[in-house]
Amino acid sequence: MFGFDDKLQILADAAKYDVSCSSSGSKRKNNGGIGDSSASGICHTYTEDGRCVSLLKILMTNFCIYDCSFCVSRRSNDVQRAAFSVKEVVELTMNFYRRNYIEGLFLSSGIFKSADYTMERLMLVVKKLRTEERFNGYIHLKAIPGASESLLKEAGLYVDRMSVNLEIPTEAGLKLVAPEKDHQSVREPLTIIKNEIQNVQQDRKTNKKIPLFVPAGQSTQMVIGATPESDFQIMEAANTFYKDYNLKRVYYSGYIPINATDSNLPQIGTAPPLVRENRLYQTDWLLRFYGFSLHEILNSKHQDLDLEIDPKLAWALRNPQFFPIDINTANYNWIIRIPGIGRQSAKKIIQARKYGKLKEHQVQKIGIAYNRAKYFMLCQDTLITAGFHYPEKIRKSILEHNPQSQIKGPNSQLTLF
Amino acid sequence: MDYIFDGSYLGYLCCVFEAFERKEFDSIPKTGKAAEITLFSEKRMISTDTKKANRILTGMEKIIGKQETIFFYHNFLSDNQIEWLNGFRLIVELFRKKQLDIHNYGYPPILRLHQSIKKINRERHRMKAFIRFVKSNDYLYTAVVEPDFNVIPLVVQFFKNRFADQCWLIYDLRRNYGFHYDGNTVVEVSPNESDEIRDPYQLEVDLDPQEKAYQHLWKTYFKSTTIESRKNVKLHLRHVPKRYWKYLVEKI
Repeated sequence: MFGFDDKLQILADAAKYDVSCSSSGSKRKNNGGIGDSSASGICHTYTEDGRCVSLLKILMTNFCIYDCSFCVSRRSNDVQRAAFSVKEVVELTMNFYRRNYIEGLFLSSGIFKSADYTMERLMLVVKKLRTEERFNGYIHLKAIPGASESLLKEAGLYVDRMSVNLEIPTEAGLKLVAPEKDHQSVREPLTIIKNEIQNVQQDRKTNKKIPLFVPAGQSTQMVIGATPESDFQIMEAANTFYKDYNLKRVYYSGYIPINATDSNLPQIGTAPPLVRENRLYQTDWLLRFYGFSLHEILNSKHQDLDLEIDPKLAWALRNPQFFPIDINTANYNWIIRIPGIGRQSAKKIIQARKYGKLKEHQVQKIGIAYNRAKYFMLCQDTLITAGFHYPEKIRKSILEHNPQSQIKGPNSQLTLF
Repeated sequence: MDYIFDGSYLGYLCCVFEAFERKEFDSIPKTGKAAEITLFSEKRMISTDTKKANRILTGMEKIIGKQETIFFYHNFLSDNQIEWLNGFRLIVELFRKKQLDIHNYGYPPILRLHQSIKKINRERHRMKAFIRFVKSNDYLYTAVVEPDFNVIPLVVQFFKNRFADQCWLIYDLRRNYGFHYDGNTVVEVSPNESDEIRDPYQLEVDLDPQEKAYQHLWKTYFKSTTIESRKNVKLHLRHVPKRYWKYLVEKI
């Protein structure tokens, strides 16, 4: 007998390749109903592969009219099919939320019949949650490419975040594995939502009563390692999409082989590129929060990220002329460029040095990765040695000191909040 | 000199008051339980006086500001003698020098204070995440927890805002007290001799008829969303330490 439990199993399993789990960045307040999504995100549990679970992430259905070879729900794949009703998704979300299992719902879908037919059902779920259940938790909705503008706009009134997957970083790569799709169909919904977000933001300045519209913004996702793009091409695509559509996040999903028939794709049994995925996230972070520009990290000379060391360290080793940096005098923007010093520690250093020049042992305790940072910074009591060490020597001694954490990416996987 | 107080934050602040009144700045604030162990040290019983405690609080706020004064409350919730003493000495220093550089991370006691607060905040965040409610047939949602630090007071407002339209009870089994929300107000509760607070996962009779079904669905979801080929137990354990498992539906 095919029960609700099996349905959940199928439709959660099929949705697990969507990596976004963010539940932060919205500002929906509880107005007497249930839930809020105003605070920072909360990961309620972690899967055994170490990924955060913050939202109930499911597909409305895994029936699909498309046949994208990297996708588990593709038409030609021999898997069990199932579909939720609108009511079922609403009840499941509410019951999980009330028990504090989740921060909200991430709803995606295979495409049955047509884009509009599918989009309408997704819209009905979020509408029902907000209006009938008075639910204020987080909702992330996958927009269906090709759906009509009016449906997208109506759904936008009820959700916190919307996203459209770019799937493959380049058009050429996409054509290789999904001939029926193109990047233009991703750009269209992103444009519609971006414009409406801007309009609503403008109008809300003068009239607070205008309802929120996708307050946590838009995001996208690319599958990495299914097609032969270089890291430079991937990050160039990300950079362009950040700029053109004001995206909040770009996610990079290391391809997990699920297709035995398409010889264009990595074969089943090939390990997913976890370290590479991690390096891409680190690069993304450097671009968004550390003031790096893309060409500093990746360019035509350095097309791929170093898998052994993180991208900031790699940049520093290529640019010894900037080092060492004196942490007692340098400004914040330079301190965060020191490998092994993050934004939190940099802020602490700036605060602490007001009370006196900082020595090595003090900085060490503040919480920096001293073993990496020591080659690149000056403290008050640092002995000035004859010039900068040779980059290769530094690289070697850092790797020798802690080879495990440098090479085994997933152990140092970034938390995706 | 050991100062024996009642274990409340106000009592703790009264220790500071007493220290200044008697010029006993080297005193060590303790609760009765901890003091029994050190038989030979001198003891002074400190009674809790709200007025005295509030004078200390206002004094602190004047010197370092309201936000920063709360640091000391959070540090106090560590439930740890050593952190209590560190905080106590910093408050004494604050009053003696009429100032305290609360962000001087180069000064070991200050760094220690911040590290302690960081631990408390992490535990507070985990309670927001790991509390699991169990619904009983009278529409009460109950959660029992055993946090490492005494952080339940810090999450009450969060749950009140979030679950505004449902009645709930969050109970700290280790410290034997909790908070009950009836749809309007939150009240602190401690067990009467008659009503024993039981682990709600063990309650069979009073459960909502659908409760077991939803617990089962959550377990199903948790399993189905794992990607086998990416399995990383070490990372999983770092995020969900074993000591929390006993109250996590998906890990029971």
